[in-house]
Amino acid sequence: MKILLLTEQRGGQWNKVSFETLVAAQSIARDVKGTLSGAVIGNGVGKLATELSEYELEEVLLIEHPLLEGYTPDGFSIALRQVIETAKPDLLVLPHTYQVRDFAPKLAASIRKGMIGDSVGYRYENGRLVFVRQMFQGRTAADVVFQGEPPWVASFQAGAFRADLAAKRTSGQAAVKPVPVELKPEQIRTKPLELFREAKQAVDLTQAPVLVSVGRGIKAPENIPLAEKLAKLMGGEVSASRPICDEGWLPMDRQIGSSGQTVMPKLYLALGISGAIQHVVGMKGARTIAAINKDQNAPIFEVADYGIVGDLFEIVPALIEELEKSKAG
Amino acid sequence: MKVGVCIKQVPAKDAPLAIVDSGAWIRESDIGFETNEPDSFALEEALRLKEKHGGEVVAISMGPERSKQAIKEALAKGAERGIHISDPEFFTLDPLTSARSFAAAIASDHFDLILTGLQSEDQGFGQTGVLLAELLGWPHATIIMAIEVTDTRLKLKRELEAGWFQWVEVPLPAVLTIQSGINKPRYATLKGIMAAKKKEIATIERRSLGVADAHTQMVERIYVPEKSKKTEFITGSPKEAAAKLVEKLRHEARVI
Repeated sequence: MKILLLTEQRGGQWNKVSFETLVAAQSIARDVKGTLSGAVIGNGVGKLATELSEYELEEVLLIEHPLLEGYTPDGFSIALRQVIETAKPDLLVLPHTYQVRDFAPKLAASIRKGMIGDSVGYRYENGRLVFVRQMFQGRTAADVVFQGEPPWVASFQAGAFRADLAAKRTSGQAAVKPVPVELKPEQIRTKPLELFREAKQAVDLTQAPVLVSVGRGIKAPENIPLAEKLAKLMGGEVSASRPICDEGWLPMDRQIGSSGQTVMPKLYLALGISGAIQHVVGMKGARTIAAINKDQNAPIFEVADYGIVGDLFEIVPALIEELEKSKAG
Repeated sequence: MKVGVCIKQVPAKDAPLAIVDSGAWIRESDIGFETNEPDSFALEEALRLKEKHGGEVVAISMGPERSKQAIKEALAKGAERGIHISDPEFFTLDPLTSARSFAAAIASDHFDLILTGLQSEDQGFGQTGVLLAELLGWPHATIIMAIEVTDTRLKLKRELEAGWFQWVEVPLPAVLTIQSGINKPRYATLKGIMAAKKKEIATIERRSLGVADAHTQMVERIYVPEKSKKTEFITGSPKEAAAKLVEKLRHEARVI
């Protein structure tokens, strides 16, 4: 089986999830006794291709064109379709980023193939690849297999594999092979305009040793001070899952998850957070995770070290009392 | 502007999920359903576009008979009419077959714009909108946080990762997937609910659309995932549990 890993960069900076997906692709290649090549797409990204060539790969495809400088779904799918036709991979592996969500299903459909997106793992059994993805917001898992002939397209979720386990070549570098692609301006219907960050980041949650994080279970904005009091007693900050920031109960810069910040505090205390994947990818690197939730089946307990099933409005005041007591004593 | 909104009905957020013995799907008999939350934001955005620029909003849903309820709610909120693509076995479809079915069902509607939520809260494939655009030959943009209409083009604010955004322009017709939080979805009024009773829902049997069941992927089994960590559950009264947790965080995990 011929496997091709497509990395992601923006403005010459890696999206680091690329290297987690490299680990997934290397592991699949070993299991199926296949070959693995890497690919970098953009314009003026030769330096990144050279960096990638230090890893255990057959070769690195360098896909460059002036019209690939800024990302567009048309530009990327037209170029990559040509790459699939010339390089003939059986399996194209990608990191499940917002950009990949935007173009990879289109790319697969343009060659009348399917994409298994957002997998958290895979198994190789009885000569076939079984992809594991989450359903029902992480409350169930699902085994998914490709049907029909390759090429196939698969993406892996951030945090599913550890980037530090990526195998480097013991000697030399993989050959960097430029792959010419043909693109015309009129083929690209989307016009990318400016990139920007919204409000200034008033707080750097990545530096907080303790995060007390609230989800829908906090019920009303009047209850946020309860979490703030607990955070203060623990020497930390409050953060939140997306719905809380959407409601405006806490500012957007306190949001943890795929559309917010990724954090690795010493302690992450989740209050009334169910633990949807989009949230968990932002906090599962925490050293210790504690969760309080009324639903014992909430997916947050799958990543928690300590769990209390119960009413946070009873437990949090008791925690505050306990911490105040020991502080006074 | 003629806007189609693809909405899905999914199990209610707090519904207890049980999986059927074959592992093919969940047991639907004893649980409540609701409109997929991301699709509510898409519907609200469609209604606002209609109110500002005129036109029509059509709510389109695929699924078993129960899915009609999601369409009725959209009609009560202000959509003009509904299309129900009926298929009790909808959960066996792969994303490409689903999108092909949508494309076939709306071929004669000539929409200017199609909106949908960025993903469903049940299967969560997150591909329908993008695939629908490809099948219709239209451009698309995903994870949209703002829409500005300028003549025959749209200026859109796309959400990227880690707090980044980007403005992009696309020509019409187009398909957009809407990010949750873009607006505050309205509630149906009593007047709206009454008015909805007179509105039309066209039912199309999915199998009559002539879409080949050439599946690109198959869900073999749904199951309760194994835990990646062993959670130590702390029990007792709130006071006892709180004291035990503080003790563990201090002396076992040593994180406070």
